[in-house]
Amino acid sequence: MSARSLPFSGRLDAAAATRLWDATMRSAAGPVSLDLSAVTYCDGAGAALVLAAERRAAAAGGGAVIGASGDVAAVIALARKGAKAASNPPPVPPTDSVPVAVGRGAFATIHGMGDSIAFLGEAISAVTTSVLRPWTLRWPDMMRHAEEAGTRALPLIAMLGFLFGLILAFQSAIPMRQYGAEIFVANLVAVSVFRELGPLLSAVILAGRSGSAFAAEIGTMKVNEEIDALTTMGLDPFRFLVVPRMLAAIVIMPVLIAVMNISAVAGMSTVMTSLGFSLIAISNQVVAWTTAGDVIGGLAKGLVFGAVVAGIGCARGMRTGAGPRAVGDSATSAVVGGIVSIVVLDGIFAILFFLMGW
Amino acid sequence: MVPEIPPARGDRIGPGPDAPPIVQGRGLTMRFGTNTVFRDVTFDVRQGEVFVILGGSGCGKSTLLKLLVGLRRPTEGAITVLGEDLIGARGAARRRLLQRFGVMFQLGALFGSMTLLENVRLPLESFTDLPREAVLEIARAKLGMVGLGDATHKLPSEISGGMVKRAAIARAMALDPPLLFLDEPSAGLDPITSAGLDQLILTLARDLGVTFVIVTHELDSILTVADRIIMLDKAARGMIAEGDPRVLRATSTEPTVRAFFNRIAEAA
Repeated sequence: MSARSLPFSGRLDAAAATRLWDATMRSAAGPVSLDLSAVTYCDGAGAALVLAAERRAAAAGGGAVIGASGDVAAVIALARKGAKAASNPPPVPPTDSVPVAVGRGAFATIHGMGDSIAFLGEAISAVTTSVLRPWTLRWPDMMRHAEEAGTRALPLIAMLGFLFGLILAFQSAIPMRQYGAEIFVANLVAVSVFRELGPLLSAVILAGRSGSAFAAEIGTMKVNEEIDALTTMGLDPFRFLVVPRMLAAIVIMPVLIAVMNISAVAGMSTVMTSLGFSLIAISNQVVAWTTAGDVIGGLAKGLVFGAVVAGIGCARGMRTGAGPRAVGDSATSAVVGGIVSIVVLDGIFAILFFLMGW
Repeated sequence: MVPEIPPARGDRIGPGPDAPPIVQGRGLTMRFGTNTVFRDVTFDVRQGEVFVILGGSGCGKSTLLKLLVGLRRPTEGAITVLGEDLIGARGAARRRLLQRFGVMFQLGALFGSMTLLENVRLPLESFTDLPREAVLEIARAKLGMVGLGDATHKLPSEISGGMVKRAAIARAMALDPPLLFLDEPSAGLDPITSAGLDQLILTLARDLGVTFVIVTHELDSILTVADRIIMLDKAARGMIAEGDPRVLRATSTEPTVRAFFNRIAEAA
């Protein structure tokens, strides 16, 4: 018995393949041959339809493709060759077992920590060298980064500081009023901002604005082989890229914190004056209840936070892999790493200051 | 039929076999984990020649260049550049050695925040005590030499790919090194720009006596500029040919070499 014929005609293109796919697959479920003698044009989608139908019919004992003209036959032959090549993909490497995956993860983590420690050592050495020999520092680069990380961040810092002081004062004034202690809102806001929130928030803003920018900028340079170019020119990428950014962040952080502190006090004063307290009373309260240690301690923390945020941003940038996505990953990782490190360090500082009686 | 050998190297005659070596690779092997990229690659680059490392994609030619400029260390082997051990050099000695040759990277690697003039000034300001006027004069002259005299104050993002590569050559030449490494100088360029770059290489080799080590797989460029080549092969994981590319093209019996020079497609 001769195989039943499944005839195709006209243009066998993407539109026809879409329209005919389901019906063709149903019809090709038996021992049919595919008659292409009336097909005038066939593209990749049409060839895919013919090959899928051919496979289906072959499983039922049919599947011969007959009558294809020269061009149509050539397209189908090319598609068949491609399908054959794609049907023999290289073997997929076996997935690691759980213990192996854990081991690899642990090794990668330890390796990453080792890299971070090596980077920290190199950074401290390079920054120290630049401080001891200031003529070796690239001053214009440092000033540019200080301007970008500092001056341009000041409006944001001032606005957030003002709002933060205002919100904190409002929220604390309500319960304090129940005890007739509204005047102590000034102490609460001033001490908490000077000691903790000012440095912390300023550092978070630095991580979000500048840490990510450092990582993206250096990461892009890495992708564009600019860091390789520096190395082969005999220039030290640390001295050229990392030191100006770290010093800029270290220098600018106390300024950002000071602006944050002043703005927060201004926000708090706005609330307090609306509650009927004079500026003199507020000022006396702040001066009487805060110490130089509160302010200096906060500013000192800022120096460390600045170094850490910039260091992590630069480290992530220097470790950027290949491609634009790697740059994005470095920027994200710089922000996350920077914020986590700041919070952890702030906790350590809190314990240290407590032990020192500050 | 063997294609006609094109007129090579303009009016320049390459150095003879007695020219002293300026770069030497001995037994170079590179592995990444268990993957061997190439093994036991040995060659000499003679002073004054245009030496091309060629091969198909993935054969390790860019990796070999990275070894030669000190960006990577080979798994095994020794590299001597300008008479000094590149792998063993440390600290200040290594920095001094690196300053004695120039490198042009595939993408140019110009510093995006600097103008072309500032890019070329950088090595001069970093490694010499020349007065500012002299630095400017030299930097302008280098840019003029590569045909960018009227683009000195443009940023890399404001110029074409061919101009970026020319500027990168100018920066690599800033300290007048006797040796330049170029990674894929013609990649991504149109044939006219590419031919212009080839002429620039020939001019610099002829007029300044600069030795070039070039990584490329652009056949036209190879036949135009190269005095000698080595060919790496992915399947052989190493070097499969060495010599004058015109002679190799005409006489090599190595199938991969013949396929490369005669542009025969790999069997699909």
